Amino acid sequence: MKNDRRTFIKLAGIAAAGIAVAPKAMASSGQSPVKVNANAVHAKHWAMVIDTTKLHTEEKIAKLAEVCHAIHNVPNVEGNKEVKWLWSDAYAHTFPEQENPHLSEEVHQRTFPLLCNHCENPPCVRVCPTKATYQRPDGIVAMDYHRCIGCRYCMAGCPYGSRSFNWGEPRKNLDLEKLNPEFPTRMRGVVEKCNFCVERLAIGKQPACVEASEGAIVFGDLRDPDSEVRQVLRERFTIRRKPTAGTEPSVYYII
Amino acid sequence: MLELALKGSKRYWMWISFLIVLIGIGALAYVNQLMVGLETTGMSRDISWGFYISQLTYLVGLAASGVMIVLPNYFHGYKANKHMVIFGEFMAIAACIMCLLFVVVDIGQPSRMMNMFLHPTPNSVLFWDALVINGYLFLNLFVGWTCLTADRAHLSHPKWLKPFIYISIIWAFSIHTVTAFLYQGLPGRHYWLTAILAARFLASAFCAGPAILTLVMLVTERVTTFKMPKNALKTLVKIIAYAMCVNMFFFALEVFTAFYSNMPGHMHPLVYLFAGAHGHHELVGLMWTFIGLAAISITLLVTPKFRNNMKLLPWTLVLLVIATWIDKGLALLIGGFNPTPFGTITPYWPTGKELLVSMMIYAIGALIVTILFKIATEVKQEVGHSQKLPCGCSTEDGCNCAEAEEKTEEVLAEA
Repeated sequence: MKNDRRTFIKLAGIAAAGIAVAPKAMASSGQSPVKVNANAVHAKHWAMVIDTTKLHTEEKIAKLAEVCHAIHNVPNVEGNKEVKWLWSDAYAHTFPEQENPHLSEEVHQRTFPLLCNHCENPPCVRVCPTKATYQRPDGIVAMDYHRCIGCRYCMAGCPYGSRSFNWGEPRKNLDLEKLNPEFPTRMRGVVEKCNFCVERLAIGKQPACVEASEGAIVFGDLRDPDSEVRQVLRERFTIRRKPTAGTEPSVYYII
Repeated sequence: MLELALKGSKRYWMWISFLIVLIGIGALAYVNQLMVGLETTGMSRDISWGFYISQLTYLVGLAASGVMIVLPNYFHGYKANKHMVIFGEFMAIAACIMCLLFVVVDIGQPSRMMNMFLHPTPNSVLFWDALVINGYLFLNLFVGWTCLTADRAHLSHPKWLKPFIYISIIWAFSIHTVTAFLYQGLPGRHYWLTAILAARFLASAFCAGPAILTLVMLVTERVTTFKMPKNALKTLVKIIAYAMCVNMFFFALEVFTAFYSNMPGHMHPLVYLFAGAHGHHELVGLMWTFIGLAAISITLLVTPKFRNNMKLLPWTLVLLVIATWIDKGLALLIGGFNPTPFGTITPYWPTGKELLVSMMIYAIGALIVTILFKIATEVKQEVGHSQKLPCGCSTEDGCNCAEAEEKTEEVLAEA
């Protein structure tokens, strides 16, 4: 065969096409190397119902927050640069648009647990320029800490103040002796937030706060009419935070 | 043409060295920020954007404003602006670069910056903003440089450039609209959640931007042989006057909507800014300063006697720039985050390091403006466009200096 330039270009073209197609072809041929845990729990849309008649004091909520923050290696930062996944606040701050001056004293004095609402229509996902925050098919709004560029647009977008940013080195504010080796720590310059314990759902466990709540939080599939979540929602009066924002939170509060 | 920036007077080099020193000092602060993270700033969990992003917002206006010189020239054949166009374009280049730098210093992981383009996300306005600012930068570099090269060769501007010029004029509106969309449309941020925000952005850009440009041009006149044609300057000042009136009118619309509707969410940020809320009064003084300065600058601009007073004009423009900067370069952002999603107030104030990093970017901008304007004025001098005549007119004004001088001599002789 005569090795002229034309032949070379032809061959180079075929080779280039092969290189471009090969990885896709290989990926589609075999089985996925990732195996789903046999015990994993699945739902069409995960949701949470918090019974604030049972879970209404700062101490009780602090206990849940402690568990959550410990297993997720959430740094303990003092002041207004804090990082938090689960915390508590007063009625007026939790439901600022649903307050009235003659609110039942008992409700007014309750403390409410706050966390990411895992909205059905999440503004944080809408504004993220890198898809670092995304919605899983099961409704959980998750973060890819390796994709996040730290632009903090999601924090401006979230109407619930549910997101935290690592302004400094998070490991500086962690007890390195007590790290949970099964969950990664973060680096500085990325946003983080509650993840509905996806890593626990994947091995068949309930979210840590649900487990620690002693029945005050119910967790389950919102799309399954027979689920415990739906049963509670049917029977009890519930509200969600900032309904006017149109984000459709997946966290419901029994008042 | 870049070689034109390499030869200059002692004063020119002193100014360049001064800017480089400022850049160096700011760079140290930025290196510190890179090493320890954004904890060097005054931002917090509640106020997640601060001085950097608000400067981006303000400077996008400066970038967009050049169009107020370019548009009359190309769309209306208003030839008085002809020799000013290049300065509007070059100012836009510097402003775009400053905007992009403010984004870079603001993000927590600058090394991952390209994720924005590697994983393009059409649902994010930030992606579009980066796209339009880069696009506008490219258009202005391309159009400005090509025109200036043609000028230097005593050739007319190439015809194939026309589409790019028209695109750049429309593009100028897009960069500020898209930047407004960055804020507009976020649920729960009532101060930003208003359909008129983009219009407000454009109005404030078209008064503040040309005002800054005019001030820079006045300095340019002092240090070079370039002289703004009188008609071009007068038109520009009129544009500033109208835009400032529209800007304040739009602001009044916001106030009316908030208070007549009596919606707490809409009133709350305005009350915090102008009267203070929950015991926080950080911005009250500044906000009333903004209103006061806006009123004074409008009064001075709409009165022909004051508007045409060239001694007074720079001061009027300085007042206008301060007023619009307080409104858009500071309060718009803080008022958007306060009240927080919890109905509380978290005060924000930039830290010294944040200001040093911002100083670095402003100095880089000044350096780019200096170099580009140096090149432009040198070329204009070479080809004799808009040069200063002994009597203070521009060669474009058609004023007869010899006659004027004769008269002066006569007067002197009589005396």
